[in-house]
Amino acid sequence: MKWESVIGLEVHAQLLTESKIFSSTPTRYGAKPNTQAGLIDLGYPGVLPVLNRTAVEMAVRFGLAIGATIGRRSVFARKNYFYPDLPKGYQISQYDRPIVMGGALDVLLADGSVKRIGITRAHLEEDAGKSVHDLFPESTGIDLNRAGTPLLEIVSEPEMRSAEEAVAYLKGLHTLVRYLDICDGNMQEGSFRCDANVSVRPLGQRELSTRTEIKNLNSFRFVEQALAFEMERQIRVCESGGTIIQETRLYDSDRRETRSLRTKEDAHDYRYFPDPDLLPLDLEEGFIDAIASALPELPRAKRERFEIRYGLGAYDATVLTQSRELADYYETVAGTDGLDPKLVANWVMGEVLAGLHRDHLEITGVPIAASDLAGLLARIGDGTLSGKMAKEVFEAMWSGGGGADAVIEARGLRQLSDQGALEAVIDTVIAAHPAQWSEYQAGRDKLLGFFVGQVMQATRGQASPKLLNDLLQKKRHPPS
Amino acid sequence: MILARDQIERLAALASLEVGEEDAGRLGHELARILDFVRELDTAVTDDIEPLTHPLELSQSLRSDCVGEPVDRDRFQRDAPQTEAGYYLVPRVIE
Repeated sequence: MKWESVIGLEVHAQLLTESKIFSSTPTRYGAKPNTQAGLIDLGYPGVLPVLNRTAVEMAVRFGLAIGATIGRRSVFARKNYFYPDLPKGYQISQYDRPIVMGGALDVLLADGSVKRIGITRAHLEEDAGKSVHDLFPESTGIDLNRAGTPLLEIVSEPEMRSAEEAVAYLKGLHTLVRYLDICDGNMQEGSFRCDANVSVRPLGQRELSTRTEIKNLNSFRFVEQALAFEMERQIRVCESGGTIIQETRLYDSDRRETRSLRTKEDAHDYRYFPDPDLLPLDLEEGFIDAIASALPELPRAKRERFEIRYGLGAYDATVLTQSRELADYYETVAGTDGLDPKLVANWVMGEVLAGLHRDHLEITGVPIAASDLAGLLARIGDGTLSGKMAKEVFEAMWSGGGGADAVIEARGLRQLSDQGALEAVIDTVIAAHPAQWSEYQAGRDKLLGFFVGQVMQATRGQASPKLLNDLLQKKRHPPS
Repeated sequence: MILARDQIERLAALASLEVGEEDAGRLGHELARILDFVRELDTAVTDDIEPLTHPLELSQSLRSDCVGEPVDRDRFQRDAPQTEAGYYLVPRVIE
């Protein structure tokens, strides 16, 4: 039997505000435990939450960017459950009247096609604290610094049909929230988290089967692995005559498997009701319009512009628009007079991204300024450097060697492209190897490599490869 | 109407309360009386009425995103039964 998987994702994006969603303590990551947890975050009796304007603006910004309907009136509700990292015994969230309704994200798949994934809703809520299980022998430690950090929970329609599509959607969302400057997207630190709902059904079946929810997916790779594992597990269960139980499963990245989180069914009875501490949130048209008019160029528009303006393929344009900073870097270099945008794309996607990856840097910390990279590429364009020499100069610039011209000067890395000078070297090499030269002239093509090697050795690698090839061909068959 | 035993147990579990044998019966009666009292609302016709989410006819006001509230951790932690190394300690929670 052929099976089809049905995947929906719930993403929790921490909003980039200075202070909490309902209190004025800081949201900074990595502070000492409980030094950023105040009266409201701790759920002291008698305190009242007051909503953070910036968190609201960020949610609206997101909604506008995905073409959603912005709830002109949204309502905060209490989601009731007991857990030690939730001091009040309820989480303030939104239930039947969220701030963002509908919308969609166009996702670029590996084969270059675009798939539109529907977004059901996005709502504002507060984050919980963190439980630490491995620090104390008999107890669990609770750090409530994170409690009250604003979250936007983004719920997709169950419209993804493979792990690959799910990852593509997640990456698209990740790019979008960073473009909008509403979330730093740091999955390691938990500011961009993902739960997946997954089920399988026989291909062609319309109705949905029982799903499981997978938690603890804190990297794109884990999402892909966990979904692949879970889909296979469900198919195995179904094919052996079993039934899928609706449950929450945890992804164990060490063992590469999902495991049941035997929680009681009761745990899902959240008894939502409107939070009497908060009034309805009413947004005026002017408030929404002001946010709409300040939206930046969005990833998809930028990608299409890159394809047209710089003549790039869909893949290159997608990679280069992964973040605003990378796109800006590329545009600064590609916009330099006389540089081929495709050559620039190859260098930025090749050397620059590889270097950043190797040194664990972000594009914002790139050691070679855009103007310096442009200077280097100009030296390829004017024939001063061969591609190979340019890479050597690039490495030197990366480790703090200064601008391209300074490195070229310091290392004597000028390409030998003077025809007369190169011809003289070639003649010397031919004179030193008369037998090989005769064989070459007689038709042993393989010896071309030998002569190229000899000349390169004699010029310390600085001979222009193109000119050298041309000259060797010319000398092999001299005009009679 | 009396609440069945399993309903009482479920409510107790949701509220994280331990309800003993004799309390369960009494609570069943008392909760049933409250529900009967509130059930009178079911007779009201609400077809054309927007659900009321707050009795005050006001909108939420917003605050600027500024850090301000001081955090005196030592003071707060004096209210907790057990703390260590800046953490609030609770009985071990195994996931």
